Amino acid sequence: MMRPGMTAGTETWARTARAVALLAIDPAGLGGLWLRARSGPVRDQLIAGLASLPLPPRRLHPAIADDALFGGTDLAATLSQGRIVRQQGLLATAATLILPMAERTPPGLAARLCQTLDAAHHTLIALDEGTQDEALPAGLADRLAFHIDLNDVAMGDTDPIPPPPVALNPAEVAVEDSIWSDLAQIAIRLGIDSLRAPLFALKAARANAALFGRNRVTSDDLTVACELVYAPRATQFPASDDQPEPPPAPPEPDTNPESADADADADAPLTDPQIPQDILLEAVRALLPADLLARIAKGQAARAAKAGAGAGALKKGNRRGRPLPSRPGKIDGTARIDLVATLRAAAPWQPVRRRTAGVERILHIRPADIRTRRYQEQSDRLLVFTVDASGSAAFARLAEAKGAVELLLGQAYARRDHVALIAFRGEKSDLLLPPTRSLVQTKRRLAALPGGGGTPLASGLKMALETALLGRAKGMTPTIALLTDGRANICLDGTANRAAAARDALHMAAVLRAQGIPALVIDMGTRPEPGLKALADCLAAPYIALPRADAGRLSAAVSAALEP
Amino acid sequence: MGRAKPAEPVEKAKLMHPFPFSAIVGQDQMKLAMILTAIDPGIGGVLVFGDRGTGKSTAVRALAALLPPIDVVESCPVNSARVEDCPDWAELGSTAIVSRPTPVIDLPLGATEDRVVGALDIERALTRGEKAFEPGLLARANRGYLYIDEVNLLEDHIVDLLLDVAQSGRNVVEREGLSIRHAARFVLVGSGNPEEGELRPQLLDRFGLSVEVKSPQDIEQRIEVIRRRDAYENDNAAFMKKWQAKDARLRKQILAARLALKALKTPEQSLRDCAELCIALGSDGLRGELTLLRTARALAAFENTDTLAREHLRRIAPIALSHRLRRDPLDEAGSSTRVARIVAEVLG
Repeated sequence: MMRPGMTAGTETWARTARAVALLAIDPAGLGGLWLRARSGPVRDQLIAGLASLPLPPRRLHPAIADDALFGGTDLAATLSQGRIVRQQGLLATAATLILPMAERTPPGLAARLCQTLDAAHHTLIALDEGTQDEALPAGLADRLAFHIDLNDVAMGDTDPIPPPPVALNPAEVAVEDSIWSDLAQIAIRLGIDSLRAPLFALKAARANAALFGRNRVTSDDLTVACELVYAPRATQFPASDDQPEPPPAPPEPDTNPESADADADADAPLTDPQIPQDILLEAVRALLPADLLARIAKGQAARAAKAGAGAGALKKGNRRGRPLPSRPGKIDGTARIDLVATLRAAAPWQPVRRRTAGVERILHIRPADIRTRRYQEQSDRLLVFTVDASGSAAFARLAEAKGAVELLLGQAYARRDHVALIAFRGEKSDLLLPPTRSLVQTKRRLAALPGGGGTPLASGLKMALETALLGRAKGMTPTIALLTDGRANICLDGTANRAAAARDALHMAAVLRAQGIPALVIDMGTRPEPGLKALADCLAAPYIALPRADAGRLSAAVSAALEP
Repeated sequence: MGRAKPAEPVEKAKLMHPFPFSAIVGQDQMKLAMILTAIDPGIGGVLVFGDRGTGKSTAVRALAALLPPIDVVESCPVNSARVEDCPDWAELGSTAIVSRPTPVIDLPLGATEDRVVGALDIERALTRGEKAFEPGLLARANRGYLYIDEVNLLEDHIVDLLLDVAQSGRNVVEREGLSIRHAARFVLVGSGNPEEGELRPQLLDRFGLSVEVKSPQDIEQRIEVIRRRDAYENDNAAFMKKWQAKDARLRKQILAARLALKALKTPEQSLRDCAELCIALGSDGLRGELTLLRTARALAAFENTDTLAREHLRRIAPIALSHRLRRDPLDEAGSSTRVARIVAEVLG
């Protein structure tokens, strides 16, 4: 679909410029733009172009506080003037919200922004500099019409974005009936589940028609809409009956068994010569990257890893938890001020200060009166399950271990537990589940856990150590539960040597103990393994032999060992 | 601060009616659950969990239009029905009884504790030196609905507050030198996406019904969604006229069902069925049976029958019970399938 004289970079830039032009026409309806690009001249060029959007720009940041977003009491002004001074929040007026570092958006802020976007007054430009493992929260991305990746565009490919021409009102653009069904069917064929996508495509098509002064949507408008809205969201290559798959296309992941039938049915009534669906599909297909599947898998993993952090991961700071008595402090922007305690502290001095100050004002508050709030919060526990998935253990206990992990996680919320899962087999260990509370994700990962191969016990312990330290850095209290049959036979460097492997494992155990991370060793072998008892001693961990454990007994044993 | 150009306040920019409830395509279980709580608020609220872009928030926001108005004392901060029910700390102005729409109060995720339970009225404390109580969201939600979007992301300490108040129906504020209590009976409606985090079992139990929603896979349904949404946005007047009439009809049905509920007969066999179902499912406590029965009665009344039948129980069991089961992680099928299986075994 490349036009002569254009490179991939200039193509992308042209589409970006078009997306900005459409946003300028229908800023609130289209929701906004998710821009994946490194900070640099290309991104600056685009941000400069955003000046053409009709709504005034407002800059947010991922750590923005609620009173900045929704408004609140302006403390400094309130204290100096002796009456309540409210400040308006950033969201109080319709605006182009620019969110830099969007990949760092915490779930709470994402949810607030989603609610804001649902009211359809604002446009959000999410500037995402994330590398492979960080991305904008999925719920927020779903509410932005355009997703654009400028990482492969060079400065030479870009031109300044022109100010938008005077356009028609997009609401007055007529849409034929067949277009609705076309958009819905194309979305299904591209594996796009969310119903917001076809709605955005329709709005984009309307805005494009308005841009060119047409009063009805034509096939050109639809092509542009599909390229801009559908292509970045596609999760599968459209099945095509009449032409061969392009060579780089991998086999289609048939997630939806009905899609093939739907296609067959879909093509029949679409004899409408006006806008053949296949032309639109072709337009999108040309834009799908050849490594789509790999990217999807990666994207989902990244999302899962982020989502797995859950709402409770960040537990430091003085903003939440059980309130403690207020303490004298100062306004430094990090702690919240306890207004009532401050007033109480200032109250007895008012007559004296009124006499001495010489200034007429109702309240005399001095910096020494300021009281700040303090909170105390119990830190969450992180259970790092380190599961032996080697050949020797696989037959015996893997299924029970999986069950026990799920049982424990099922009770986890009430006990403020997070769970992480590491499996070691073959030559190395994998972090299958980053610390999470989500039972849905755990089930999915556990079901896919294969067994077989050697027993790299030391490598598993090393990964457990790293995960535990990471959890501790996030304010959690890690505990390691090691489930194995104890016959370590792979060293830390991947070679097979039983004696060296046992030494490596003991060495890692000593490191773990030095870090002060509590642990628990469960022997899953059919006969208790003396080497494992030694390892448990080295870890200063309780040793539990569970020769005929089922998932229920295993989880009970772990719970009992962990309760103080 | 770039506030040189005062932009138009959002509230004034567009005052659109929410998307009408009857115009929501598909998602029948979710709609049914909401209608049933409107018929009998004692059922105790709905939890809607599911994929993005399936109309969860749309349905809740549309709910307000379905609810019949309530009579309240005009100046009462907690929407009391009679003057003698008004809390003693309230400074009543007009005590006339007026008819108001049932309150549907949004609890935003960022709401502070002060905002939820109410706090000292700082403005009056500062300017006039008086100690007065400024009611919070719980006061405003009394006799109405409290809606929490993304309920699974709610801060733990707010959840603790809600659990306590939802249980007792009273909000007790003991802070900043105030000692205040007032009625806070509300129907809790929550929505969320389970991939973003689990809900605490205690909070889960406070919801009467729970519904899972999925993106429709049927092409016709999807086309209809787009068509209606587009009409709503671009031809609002005509669209609202058509659907508001349907909403009004539904509201009448709800009112009729509320009356019919009183006369509805519950055969002994139905009570037995409820108990047997809950025993077979091993649900904790008796709340399962009670909700199941109440909801099934509301359904029978809504469908204009005079006796509760087994069929009603069968249809209600999945939404009334699936969130009350002990989690069995080794059962891959998911809890609603488990309920369906047990229902088939017990009720035949």
